[in-house]
Amino acid sequence: MATHTPRRHGGVFDVLQEWITTVDHKKIGLMYIGYALIFLVVAGAEALLMRVQLAVPNNHFVSPQTFNRLFTMHGTTMVFFVGMPILFGFGNYLIPLMIGARDMAFPRLNAFSFWISAFGGFLLYFSYLAGSGLYGAGTAPDVGWFAYAPLTSRVFSPGHSTDYWTLSVLLSGVGSIGTALNIVATALTMRCPGMKLSRMPLLVWLYVVTSCIAFIAVSPLTAAQIMLVIDRYLGGHFFDTQAGGSAVLWMHFFWIFGHPEVYILVLPAFAFANEIIPVFSRKAIFGYPAMVAATVAIGFISMGVWAHHMFTVGLGPEANAFFTFSTMVIAVPTGIKIFNWLATMWGGSIRFATPMIFSIGFLFQFLIAGLTGVMLAASPFDWQLGNSYFVVAHFHYVLVGAILFMIFAAFYFWYPKITGRMMSETLGKWHFWLFVIGFHMTFDFMHVPGLLGMPRRIYTYEADRGWGGWNMIVSIGAIFQTAATLIFVYNLIRSYYKGEEAGPDPWDAWTLEWSTSSPPPSYNFAEIPTVHSRRPLWDLKHPDDPDTNYE
Amino acid sequence: MVVSMNSGMVDRFFANFDQQAGFEHGVRRLHATQMLATVFDPSSTNIFAPKGTPAQSILGLSVLVLGICAGIFLIVAGLLLYTIIRYRSRPGDENHEPAQIYGSNQVELSWTVIPILIIVALFLASARVIFVTQKIPKPATALDVVVIGHQFWWEYRYPKLGIVTANELHVPVSESTHPTPTYLTMSSADTDHSFWVPRLAGKTDLIPNKVNTMWIDPEQAGLYLGQCAQYCGVQHAKMLIRVYADTPEQFSAWVAAQQHVALQVPSAAAGREVFLHNACVNCHTVSGTEARGIFGPDLSHVASRATIASGSVPNTPENLRAFINNPSDIKPGVLMPAMHLNDHDLDAVTQYLSTLR
Amino acid sequence: MSTAVAVSHSTEDDWKQPSRGMVGMACLIAAESAIFIIFVIAYIFYTGKSLTGPTPREVLDLPIFSTVCLLSSSITVHFAVHQLRAGKIGQCSAWLAGTVLLGGIFIASTAKEWYELIYHHGLTIRTNLFGTTFYSLVGLHASHVIAGLIMLSLALIFSLQGKVNAHHAERLEVLSVYWHFVDAVWVVVFTVVYVLGR
Ligand code: HEA
Ligand code: HEA
Ligand code: HEC
Ligand code: CUA
Ligand SMILES: [Cu+2]
Repeated sequence: MATHTPRRHGGVFDVLQEWITTVDHKKIGLMYIGYALIFLVVAGAEALLMRVQLAVPNNHFVSPQTFNRLFTMHGTTMVFFVGMPILFGFGNYLIPLMIGARDMAFPRLNAFSFWISAFGGFLLYFSYLAGSGLYGAGTAPDVGWFAYAPLTSRVFSPGHSTDYWTLSVLLSGVGSIGTALNIVATALTMRCPGMKLSRMPLLVWLYVVTSCIAFIAVSPLTAAQIMLVIDRYLGGHFFDTQAGGSAVLWMHFFWIFGHPEVYILVLPAFAFANEIIPVFSRKAIFGYPAMVAATVAIGFISMGVWAHHMFTVGLGPEANAFFTFSTMVIAVPTGIKIFNWLATMWGGSIRFATPMIFSIGFLFQFLIAGLTGVMLAASPFDWQLGNSYFVVAHFHYVLVGAILFMIFAAFYFWYPKITGRMMSETLGKWHFWLFVIGFHMTFDFMHVPGLLGMPRRIYTYEADRGWGGWNMIVSIGAIFQTAATLIFVYNLIRSYYKGEEAGPDPWDAWTLEWSTSSPPPSYNFAEIPTVHSRRPLWDLKHPDDPDTNYE
Repeated sequence: MVVSMNSGMVDRFFANFDQQAGFEHGVRRLHATQMLATVFDPSSTNIFAPKGTPAQSILGLSVLVLGICAGIFLIVAGLLLYTIIRYRSRPGDENHEPAQIYGSNQVELSWTVIPILIIVALFLASARVIFVTQKIPKPATALDVVVIGHQFWWEYRYPKLGIVTANELHVPVSESTHPTPTYLTMSSADTDHSFWVPRLAGKTDLIPNKVNTMWIDPEQAGLYLGQCAQYCGVQHAKMLIRVYADTPEQFSAWVAAQQHVALQVPSAAAGREVFLHNACVNCHTVSGTEARGIFGPDLSHVASRATIASGSVPNTPENLRAFINNPSDIKPGVLMPAMHLNDHDLDAVTQYLSTLR
Repeated sequence: MSTAVAVSHSTEDDWKQPSRGMVGMACLIAAESAIFIIFVIAYIFYTGKSLTGPTPREVLDLPIFSTVCLLSSSITVHFAVHQLRAGKIGQCSAWLAGTVLLGGIFIASTAKEWYELIYHHGLTIRTNLFGTTFYSLVGLHASHVIAGLIMLSLALIFSLQGKVNAHHAERLEVLSVYWHFVDAVWVVVFTVVYVLGR
């Protein structure tokens, strides 16, 4: 490795130094993405181990302790160290390019946020080495990704593994708030001339809304983690049920974060769809103002629905009814989005390139995921389904079927911009079809054991419950997903060296990032552009009939 | 783990596996035919086979919600399918772009208003079930049971009957002509748990410092299975629930037996001595003796139960002995320590516990 | 494609966007407010729920003097910005010094209060729920005051060294917004802890 000499620089250390000290939004964005991809493989491998264990009843592949650590690490990693960084990575890379700016508003804060989040992820896995401190062998946290009190108190979680969990989540939260701040400031103050808010690409709009949710939602998590640290290190009693503390308070605090968090994760996926679907349908997005309004509405409503994760906690019938209603209301703005995407495709001329087929997969799967969400929102139904595999199926349907699919779409779409080379379409199709098959084997069939009474987070189950066969199918699906993911990673690497030259605008698209070379120069634009409509490149390509006539 | 065991224990560890053969399907289950059989096994915890009022009214709502969602799915997925087929790009399309449409207020209004109407309907249906389940007066004929969740077992107290038992809940069948529902008042001694018997009712959490209530009214005699549904620690998976719905006769017989002070069979006197002179008494209660511990399950009538260790294994003398010898063999992570009794004491105490009917 | 770098470059007239620093500060304040709200909720939720003493009524006195100091420091910092904008560096330094002094008095009296609570009343963060929630909420606020004081002191040092001029008015204004926020939070903390919670 050390002998390999990159083209422009003295040696590997120079390259390393360049990346470590960089404040360029594109490099930071790429570091976020690379870091998230590594964790995707790690957390995916953890999922695989869980699936091996659960494939048959009464299995002894891993011990209960190991299994509990696996789902805790898998959930925490996927949410905080895959979902968040990958979305922030794309945001970092794309936002300045799409609004015609040369960098983010606060480049140094940007680097700081990245490194603090990266350190958080490192701490989480460091616990495998140091989790029980001086007591001996290492252990990872095993409290679940929402870490309900009082399981996290010193009495029930001795050793240091839970400390690592809370610190790493705390740091990731600080990093997220930093990046969110940067995104809002960039979008509001760095737009190129002519780009009024009403002309801002939808992707940027959605990132702004996501970031605003992050301020209001991630901060409570930070606060709750500070309280947990006070309890664990200083002997406080916030969640100490033996001193009159309340376990339910932690649930409220966590879900005040946790629910909006899922929209923080999904809005960037929507953002990608908003850019990709129009380009491959060859039509302008249908109902731009409605899309913005629906996003803002989702942001507001998502603040008032958290207790749908707590329908079985004993909130009382009135609160259950209220949260049933507020949760269901979210279906309305979300439905508007689905219908607007459909209307965008309607009457278009749809090209089935890899980014588009992933987007269609997303539309289909998000529809189902949303509908299972509505079932969970009917609180009596949730008294049966809550904490069962039905819930696990619901949220993987969104997190994998919607978000991961859109992330893949985004990779195929913007990879040419980032590297200057196209990704292989053939490998892309293989990736898509294998992943779709694996996804549906895993997560369609996962609903069934939930309906048959299988709770989540159990390391094994009794043979006489009729869950065995379903779990076997679920586990086999995970193998397909692994194969597909490996193809994807291979495609990423291969295309970097062997991919076709892309040119600045391979998809014949309309937003500003396609107006500069691929990869963009470090200053992005030789001259800062001026825009007159939402689709500046459309105007340029169709001078006879520019968008300015219609907006 | 293995490192800390001496070789004798390792032998017993493996011996134990064979004993459990009836329970341990393990990897042997992999045979294709058996696999298929499990797929179509009827499940004893199916939420679509309710046998009690709360589960029944939930099912009613579930079918409605499922139906509406299926309808929405068919329409929207159908539209999606139609769109991608009808509007796919065809040869020759590259040269010109399709007509650009930027939006339409009427259509957008319609797909805002229709979902709102659906939502309102779904909400009203849900609210009805919420209130009939969580807000109806308790009949005078109701039986009261206090349920306390422990890491990783269930404590059941019948305050009016003076009974304390563990892991196996006995309740009377509730006939529609003469309803005798059982009201559960629930809390936890340590972490959060959740009581879930799918065929009887939805789940309710047991939370320290908080008292929750729920009710069940099994309409048919028999055994109903369930398990803890809130992650509570290492052995969350083996915190199984067994609810016996007894006929009135069975139930009064059971109550009478449980109300007795624990039997003192003379032939088991040696085992009783072992029990009373070991740390067992710190954690377990046996009525009529000085064993008054409350950290573990009440053992006054342990032999009357079909399973031990919260439903993990059948209550046979072999399993009982193996469990007392090293509880973690059967249930890794249990909070009962291995007591390091010698073989003689182990046999004696097993025999003693087997007499506690 | 031939479209690279071909977007027109004529600048539109009066293309104005909000100030970067102000937007950043507004975001920070939004996030910080959410943190404080959670701590305040925890405080309110646990008032009167402690299983053992001491209770707030027994040990807390109204910190009127330090509150007055902190609130007036909002006024002084406002004048500091005002003077800087007018180019009067000396005046600005004076007002800044006043601000730092008033903030310092506030922190000193908090320190004194804590000293008495810990050594005379035996109330620590471990004692009971009141101790836990009190020290964390007041401590969280105090740490913000300290952060503000450090930055204000830096500004003061720079202005004494003459390294500050009217161009820096916007930055100082951003800092002053933060300081106003810290004051506003104190009003809430004061009301909840010393008035309602007692
Ligand atoms: C990005 C992630 C994401 C997204 C977008 C959603 C979206 C939704 N979720 Fe999901 N959810 C999770 C991630 C997500 N969820 C996770 C991670 C958990 C579990 C956490 C844990 O316990 O570990 C969870 C758990 C969860 C629960 C708690 C279950 C339990 O633990 O007991 C509930 C209950 O109400 C719920 C509901 C919903 C609803 C109503 C939506 C809605 O937003 C869906 C709206 C969309 C549609 C409805 C489809 C499109 C609409 C139309 C086509 C219009 C017409 C439709 C109607 C009129 C109905 N979710
Ligand atoms: C973004 C979020 C995200 C994503 C993408 C996934 C992806 C997957 N998840 Fe995850 N999951 C969560 C978020 C996510 N999950 C959360 C929040 C929980 C709750 C945790 C908790 O309860 O606390 C959870 C819990 C959870 C459970 C429940 C555990 C339990 O309750 O007991 C299961 C079980 O099947 C599961 C499975 C899977 C599988 C099979 C995938 C697959 O889609 C993964 C596919 C990807 C790969 C397979 C990676 C490819 C791997 C390689 C290329 C490496 C190859 C390496 C080897 C062969 C060693 N997940
Ligand atoms: C430190 C406390 C402790 C001590 C000491 C202890 N036990 Fe236990 N015991 C428990 C706990 C806790 C359980 C519940 C385990 C579970 O199911 O998770 C249990 C369960 C049992 C059970 C199964 C009961 C049932 O219905 O499932 C038996 C039998 C038993 N113990 C016997 C003994 C005997 C005999 C001794 C002494 C030789 C003993 N215990 C000592 C804590 C203890
Ligand atoms: Cu008790 Cu899970
Ligand atoms: Cu939610």
